Amino acid sequence: MAYIAAIDQGTTSSRCIVFDQAGGIVSVAQREHRQIFPKPGRVEHDASEIWTNVQAVVRDALSHASLSFGDIAAFGITNQRETTVVWDKATGEPVHNAIVWQDTRTDALIRQLGDQDRFRERSGLPLATYFSGPKLRWLLDNVEGLRARAERGEVLFGTMDTWLIWNLTGRHVTDVTNASRTMLMNLETLDWDQELVDAMDVPRGILPEIRSSSEVYGTYEGVPVASALGDQQAALFGQTCFEPGEGKCTYGTGAFLLINTGDKPVRSQNGLLTTVGYQIGDQPAAYALEGAVAVTGALVQWFRDKIGLISSAAEIETLARTVDDNGGAYFVPAFSGLFAPHWRSDARGVIAGLTGYISRGHLARAVLEASAWQTREVVDAMNADSGVDLTTLRVDGGMTANNLLMQFLSDVLDVPVVRPIVAETTCLGAAYAAGLAVGYWGGTDELKANWHKAAEWEPSMEPAARARGYRKWKKAVERTVGWMDEDDD
Amino acid sequence: MPGPIQSIQRAAEVLKLLAHGGAHQLSVGEIARALDLAKPTVHGILRTLHEVGFVEQEVEGGKYRLGAALFQIGTSYLDGNELRAKALNWSDTLAMRAREAVRIGVLHGKHVLVVHHVFRPDNSRQTLDTGALLPWNATALGKALVAFGDNWPDGDLQAFTRHTLDPEQLHAEMNVVRDRDWAYDLHELVEGEASVAAPIRDRRGVVVGAIGISGPVERLCDSPDQPPRLELVSYVREAARSVSRELGGLSW
Repeated sequence: MAYIAAIDQGTTSSRCIVFDQAGGIVSVAQREHRQIFPKPGRVEHDASEIWTNVQAVVRDALSHASLSFGDIAAFGITNQRETTVVWDKATGEPVHNAIVWQDTRTDALIRQLGDQDRFRERSGLPLATYFSGPKLRWLLDNVEGLRARAERGEVLFGTMDTWLIWNLTGRHVTDVTNASRTMLMNLETLDWDQELVDAMDVPRGILPEIRSSSEVYGTYEGVPVASALGDQQAALFGQTCFEPGEGKCTYGTGAFLLINTGDKPVRSQNGLLTTVGYQIGDQPAAYALEGAVAVTGALVQWFRDKIGLISSAAEIETLARTVDDNGGAYFVPAFSGLFAPHWRSDARGVIAGLTGYISRGHLARAVLEASAWQTREVVDAMNADSGVDLTTLRVDGGMTANNLLMQFLSDVLDVPVVRPIVAETTCLGAAYAAGLAVGYWGGTDELKANWHKAAEWEPSMEPAARARGYRKWKKAVERTVGWMDEDDD
Repeated sequence: MPGPIQSIQRAAEVLKLLAHGGAHQLSVGEIARALDLAKPTVHGILRTLHEVGFVEQEVEGGKYRLGAALFQIGTSYLDGNELRAKALNWSDTLAMRAREAVRIGVLHGKHVLVVHHVFRPDNSRQTLDTGALLPWNATALGKALVAFGDNWPDGDLQAFTRHTLDPEQLHAEMNVVRDRDWAYDLHELVEGEASVAAPIRDRRGVVVGAIGISGPVERLCDSPDQPPRLELVSYVREAARSVSRELGGLSW
């Protein structure tokens, strides 16, 4: 019996999950890697450490289930998006630590490049520190001798998918979903856009070849490496959102709502991103609208690690349940600015509505509620852009284990919230795309038949309470913007 | 060697009661009644526990609940929400393999508290019953939990159907459960329904929860008077082992 192994190269760890034909989990292995913070606002990873960890988790996942490479029909890859690495083509050594998506060092460069919407038509993205193109430009400008080496063709650029595929198979390729996050790809042609490449001033020769999300790129230990998808797009795929209008929200470090918009890119009027959802082999690409919230699970981790009132992320629910409501406190975690729909890099976090009455239980509530209210803002933008109101929210990710949050989310959205039976949709999506490429699964209909509801939360909040809460939340958000000044680091 | 120290025993009883009390908050009077102790005795214990941060009060003179210091000690007390988070993947996989609803339960007084529920994967209309209480004596979850404890929970054993086991039958069955490491119920809570469950162990090997499936006997059993099919039992046991491994309870 054959299996599919998905490699999930995430922000805090690398994992390998082995799936069977029904989409059930057979084995899991995980290794965390170091988060390197050289200065405030800077976040780096050691790409070599990540490659070592990826090899280890593949080995561990196979051995946990007593499998060998011969039992694996294909590897699929999903990855933290936008994180940027440049390495020496001859030695495979990275020339610098990878610059992580959360890193805001390109702030000044972004301001210099001009109007936020300058590249939106071509790339679908607003100018923001988040995307890979500016990070690559920063490396070229700041690593000594790098630009000359790049122009001589001695180094290669990639996002984490490209880094892994190059190490696994020797090929220098990326997939359309990851390429759509570089701000260098043209959304219509799905190829590098010369005007964007020139504007960002990067040598075209160091960019990887753009391929579909589901095809055999090469082999590792004799096993086809057959998919690559950015983590959020992989979750969309894993939730089997193959029809226009179908979407999902994944709760991890941040939260990402993606809606499939079919074979045409839809430009947002409301602060959402236009991105590629997936492309299966030679078929036309499916596009998506994306609402990105930077900090959701990361706020719970911050509450655990920096405030120390809880010793595990799950305990926040226990603490939150010691009180009945937020006591009037609202927590807007604009730790590195606000993402969708505001896109304000000058914002910083606030806790609003503090009184002497507020206890740690109330703060725990406010921490959880922040994820729900941020989702509400993105859903409102999505509804406005599409002209159709969302009727159900499909959710996934680790935070869906939090019942209090899921209930509150349903309450503030006023729609049912549904969790599918495999919460690990990111890995599942990468596995699905790889399985399709090698014929392990027959088609997307077969995958849809695997989708089942595991839990559902129904809204139960009074409309007046919902309206009052949302009003207060918006007031709290207003208080975050404009905090950063020109002379702040 | 001196004998056990009574006041520590009593303090432990108070903490256990608060950990498993439905509302997580109890008054001095409620604790005194539940433990059959004099109110001043309970008050003294609570005052001391309050000083070391093991219990706390929302307001002066109000009800007591477990304190933050206990949360930080942590390892001896497995949070139900933590158990759910750790078990998520494996309960999903169990539901997919068995094609039945999955529940994870912990012992809560004389009941089983459902800390996690995964729907039967057929997309039919189902309601989440996380937080519900089930009787221990007529469910596989309850038997799998109680079989590995020191004592039976206090209180009379209620009969729900003509198949609910009487205390004598239950005693015999518990020995079997301990031996084979899994439990089932057949028509014992609801006529026509069956359940299978296996214990979840933490890193010290202590049973901290149970995971199981339930559904109509036609689907779970080969015939209405036979125990559930061994294939389903193997899925349940595998899920229990996977969750235990996640909790550090197994080294492989």
